Amino acid sequence: MKRLDQGGPGTHVQPIPTELLTINIGPAHPATHGTLRLQLQLDGETIVNCGAEIGYLHRGYEKQAESTFYQLVIPYAERLNYMGPVNNSNAWCHACEQLLGIEVPARAQALRVITSEMGRIIDHAVCIGTNLVDIGALTNFWYMYNYREKIYDLYEELTGARMMVNYPRIGGVAMDAPDGWFESLIKVIDEMGEAVGDVRSLVERNRIFMDRTIGVGAITKELAIQHSVTGPCLRAAGIPYDVRKAQPYWGYEKYDFDIPTGEGGDTYDRTIVRFREMEQSVRIIKQAVASIPGGPVMVDDHLVALPPKDKVYNTMEGLINHFKLIMHGIRPPKGEIYSATEGGCGELGFYIVSDGSPSAWRVRIRPPCFANYSVFPKIITGGMVADAVAALGSINVIAGELDR
Amino acid sequence: MNESDILARVKERFGARVLAEYTFRGQTAVTIAPETLRELLLFLRDDQETQMDWLMDVGGVDYLGYGSDEDERDWRFEVAYQLYSMGKNHRFRVKVAVRDETVEIPSVWDLWAIANWEEREVWDMFGIRFTGHPNLRRILCHDEFVGHALRKDYPINKRQKLSQPSEMILCEKVEWA
Repeated sequence: MKRLDQGGPGTHVQPIPTELLTINIGPAHPATHGTLRLQLQLDGETIVNCGAEIGYLHRGYEKQAESTFYQLVIPYAERLNYMGPVNNSNAWCHACEQLLGIEVPARAQALRVITSEMGRIIDHAVCIGTNLVDIGALTNFWYMYNYREKIYDLYEELTGARMMVNYPRIGGVAMDAPDGWFESLIKVIDEMGEAVGDVRSLVERNRIFMDRTIGVGAITKELAIQHSVTGPCLRAAGIPYDVRKAQPYWGYEKYDFDIPTGEGGDTYDRTIVRFREMEQSVRIIKQAVASIPGGPVMVDDHLVALPPKDKVYNTMEGLINHFKLIMHGIRPPKGEIYSATEGGCGELGFYIVSDGSPSAWRVRIRPPCFANYSVFPKIITGGMVADAVAALGSINVIAGELDR
Repeated sequence: MNESDILARVKERFGARVLAEYTFRGQTAVTIAPETLRELLLFLRDDQETQMDWLMDVGGVDYLGYGSDEDERDWRFEVAYQLYSMGKNHRFRVKVAVRDETVEIPSVWDLWAIANWEEREVWDMFGIRFTGHPNLRRILCHDEFVGHALRKDYPINKRQKLSQPSEMILCEKVEWA
């Protein structure tokens, strides 16, 4: 419909003098799901200009990681993307292992794959659930959070903690799975697969959802390359890049799974890609459980792995080994490494510079959200405020990772 | 083409302008001077053999007090550009030697839009300036913050009082020009 001052019906009405309105969204706003600040300039309801400010959750992670031992960074790493915490600590340990040049035992690799895919599922579940709440569909939120709880229960059974599990170690994982854990995992995963299908069928052909999301906040291929967008946001734009396929680690090349892609890169595609990735994660977990090898879950290297407790308490050598690792740490050689894994939101990279001491000289994190969010002001300009909220939820910006 | 081939190709083309090269665990990197940066990045991006079309990450490193005498280098900072080729599926690292904070690096924000924010972060954390950047302001720390937090001479336990709300942030508009 033409506006009154553009010669639509009722042109006899004098143009109404208007001016641009500047509004703030955030840093504490329910739609940002974190601490982000947006400043929008509005012409009526249309966004004509947008500025994004980040840094409200900056905790000096990189400085902290430089000042503690490599193994003490593992719990911090989980606070990066706190929606799928284990993916980050697994990635950190993987980077340290690349720096040390050690290979993790096959069973530990499979356990890392399983815990990472569980992390991916809950990350996507939260993203989809909260995004749908933002655009008015509350039911799916409860479905998704219900199964997130069940996955937390599984983490608790495996590690003793629910959310920040501190499960991997440099050289393996902390403990093997308890008896019967894989059976309950498969049971939950099967139910989860059904729940994902249920929620997907609720939204996929839903008229309101489609109207709210199709063509909204589209990231084109060119824009994605310009901004190094990775993860589901990139795959929704039609570029099938996934570190798990491109440069496999932890034996991902053994598993049969697809990379779901979209076409338009809009909010609808991003949501559907996440649904399909959850289904692929279910597939990977099933294959990993079915083919899990036996053997140790920790590398046999006394310079990296803590000795078993009975050796620490009963032998002198074990006690000395334990003391040396705790007090003097793990010492990688001088060198630098860039290690990339696929986190919940995209390529999670760690660039570590080592000076041969037990703490890193420099830790630089490539957080996927930083790149994904940098494109956000561009994709919402020209749209409505309500569209900005829908697009923000589907990019899945995790402030902990964005600001470090 | 693996990473050592890329290294050979860069050395063949840039010769003595490669100040140092590294190979460690199959990953390679070169160190160059700031004035070579744009030419090298453009070469790696547009060359048919390398096709480094993705700038994955930009991060600074402060080498103040690093290692022993044998690690002595003529520059204090390095800024590392992690490149990736989607078509060829290989990675490469380009590092720029920055003698001290008076040296400026040419900005690459017009080649990769992500460099806009990444360079702001390097400025924020290390105090390294980028020539031609449209909006070189702090990004993670507050505008009132004094110093640069990831430098080795910034104490980890230092605290600063920050009182004022930050200014209008709409000035980013220039980047769409």
